[in-house]
Amino acid sequence: MSAVIPARPDLAAAVERSPGVWKAAWQRLRHDRVGTVSLAIVCAFMLLILAATLGLVAGDWQRETGVPYAPPTISGADRAQAEQAIEAPKGPLVDLSDVDPLAPRYAEWKDRAAKFQSTEIVKATTLAFGGDRLGRDVLVKAIKGAQVSIFVGLSAALLATLIGTVLGAAGGYIGGKVGDFLEWVYNVFTSIPDILLIFAFAAVFGRGIETVVLILGLAGWTGMYRQVRAEYIKHRTREYVRAAEAIGVSHAARMFIHILPNVSHVILVRLSLLVVGFIKAEVILSFLGLGVPVDQVSWGTMLAEANVELVLGKWWQLAAATAFMATFVTAFSLLTDALRDALDPKLR
Amino acid sequence: MTAYVVRRLWQMIPTLAGVILLVFFLFKYFGGDPAEILGGLLATPEQIEAIRDQLGLNLPVWEQLWIFVRQIVSFDWGRSWATSEAVSSIFATRLPATLTVMIPILLLEVALAIPLALGVAHVRGTLTDRGIMVLTTVALSISFLVYVIVGQWLFGFTLGWFPVQGWSDSFLVNLTRYAVLPILLAVAVGLAPQLRLYRSFFLDEIGQDYVRTARAKGLTERRILLKHVLRNALIPILTNVAVVLPGVFVGSFLIEVFFSIPGLGREVLLAVNRSDYPVIQAVTIYLAALTVLINLVADVLYKVVDPRVVLK
Repeated sequence: MSAVIPARPDLAAAVERSPGVWKAAWQRLRHDRVGTVSLAIVCAFMLLILAATLGLVAGDWQRETGVPYAPPTISGADRAQAEQAIEAPKGPLVDLSDVDPLAPRYAEWKDRAAKFQSTEIVKATTLAFGGDRLGRDVLVKAIKGAQVSIFVGLSAALLATLIGTVLGAAGGYIGGKVGDFLEWVYNVFTSIPDILLIFAFAAVFGRGIETVVLILGLAGWTGMYRQVRAEYIKHRTREYVRAAEAIGVSHAARMFIHILPNVSHVILVRLSLLVVGFIKAEVILSFLGLGVPVDQVSWGTMLAEANVELVLGKWWQLAAATAFMATFVTAFSLLTDALRDALDPKLR
Repeated sequence: MTAYVVRRLWQMIPTLAGVILLVFFLFKYFGGDPAEILGGLLATPEQIEAIRDQLGLNLPVWEQLWIFVRQIVSFDWGRSWATSEAVSSIFATRLPATLTVMIPILLLEVALAIPLALGVAHVRGTLTDRGIMVLTTVALSISFLVYVIVGQWLFGFTLGWFPVQGWSDSFLVNLTRYAVLPILLAVAVGLAPQLRLYRSFFLDEIGQDYVRTARAKGLTERRILLKHVLRNALIPILTNVAVVLPGVFVGSFLIEVFFSIPGLGREVLLAVNRSDYPVIQAVTIYLAALTVLINLVADVLYKVVDPRVVLK
């Protein structure tokens, strides 16, 4: 007698549909309301800086569209400035051509001047978010500044991640002499306080956007190294790695094809922590004149200008830079928290 | 214990040697030519050559390294390139101002953050707790610069409660007059991250088995928190203080720049802007040595705080 085993299509389907780490994390993230909203804000900023990079928005941030220190529209035009305008003389015109030695040449100069075309530029007395010292729109500046600041933060974080991951993988996987040497390098870098390391690098490498990325990346890889190394030490004796070894997979492939995907969630969370830290650091470095050069704009250079403006009562540039930065950094931090929760296997 | 300390001191040598090598080669191969920095734009080639001779730049690299090491060991860094002030005297005259500001900041921060974090950990999971966490996240996302700019403008310039900036020769006047606003601002800003960190330390401890045991034997929540949790959470807190302690000696350079405090942090920043290498090198190397020493002291203190810790 043979029992007929009923086919269980639903079971087979369930087994097949078992989601991977990333898919499960994505689903968890989608159910996290705070995480979704922050992800949307971060994506919006990314689109904005993409548009700014392509020159679609804020390409003309240097254009002086308003009067100097044009106030935001809501607070109305600056009355003091209007009063200071020089009034046209009202008295009767006196003919001075008898005593004026330049009088005979006036007609000649007028003819010459007429040969050049000149256009009257009407400068707005108020701008939506106000203007800076030269009358540049601070909203446009803040968008351009977002492009520079976020670019620096992201690139420096990627550089630090690259250094930290490669060294951490080598130190954790290979161990031995190489591991000891890397631990020594780590000890050397961590024994110098971060800010002094940054200053020392800044003193020798000079200024510029690429330099800031380099400095921050070189000074900030140690945390990533430590964590990746610990993960590699944990993973290198796991069964899946031993199995890969048994079928003849090379060391490099084991390190980067087999283990790396299994620790990538740790790297991703640490990476986003670095982005926030580096954006803040860029702002401070640019403020101190060690970062972004003066012909560029970042949130840091905006704050450096705002410092002087505030005493004059011009608060809008400070407000614009702070609002942009706070929105992005808060959203990014909350996203990082949500990401950590979503990727934590213990919570799954 | 003594054997442990001696061994740790011995282990410091390779680390510090690494720091010396890093700083030496960084400035040697990536920094500008010292002779040209010192000579200025109008120096003739002969003058440049003379400066190179004087600084020993024409010697082989290993001899230059040896001079560098001798300078470090003898605490004699010569003079600042920018001001011709002896580097050792820069340290001696700038450090007091930095410490006048930084030590009160550190003490106040720790003294405020621990009870506040314990309080927040006590009401964990409630609306108050979540509200405070959201508030600190937002507070943390605003740059330190903004707090200092606005604080100086509001309390110093507009309200006139404190002097906008300044410094005097008297320690007491400095502490009670000029340092007050910088200290309060720095504490206000530093509190948010410390609070979050300490709260997480306390929450880790509250989840432990011994807390459940303490509850089971009928201890009050207050006694559990103050006697058991606090004592156990002191270890990570101590580690954190040890991490930030070396920073006390460079000071918050931003605070010093804003409030014109003649401290070490501002001096280092000036040195970076003037390419004044001796000052930067000296500060970097001594601060690294200090950091390693503080880490050792912290490790020994673990033993004092927690008898279970075995120093190996």
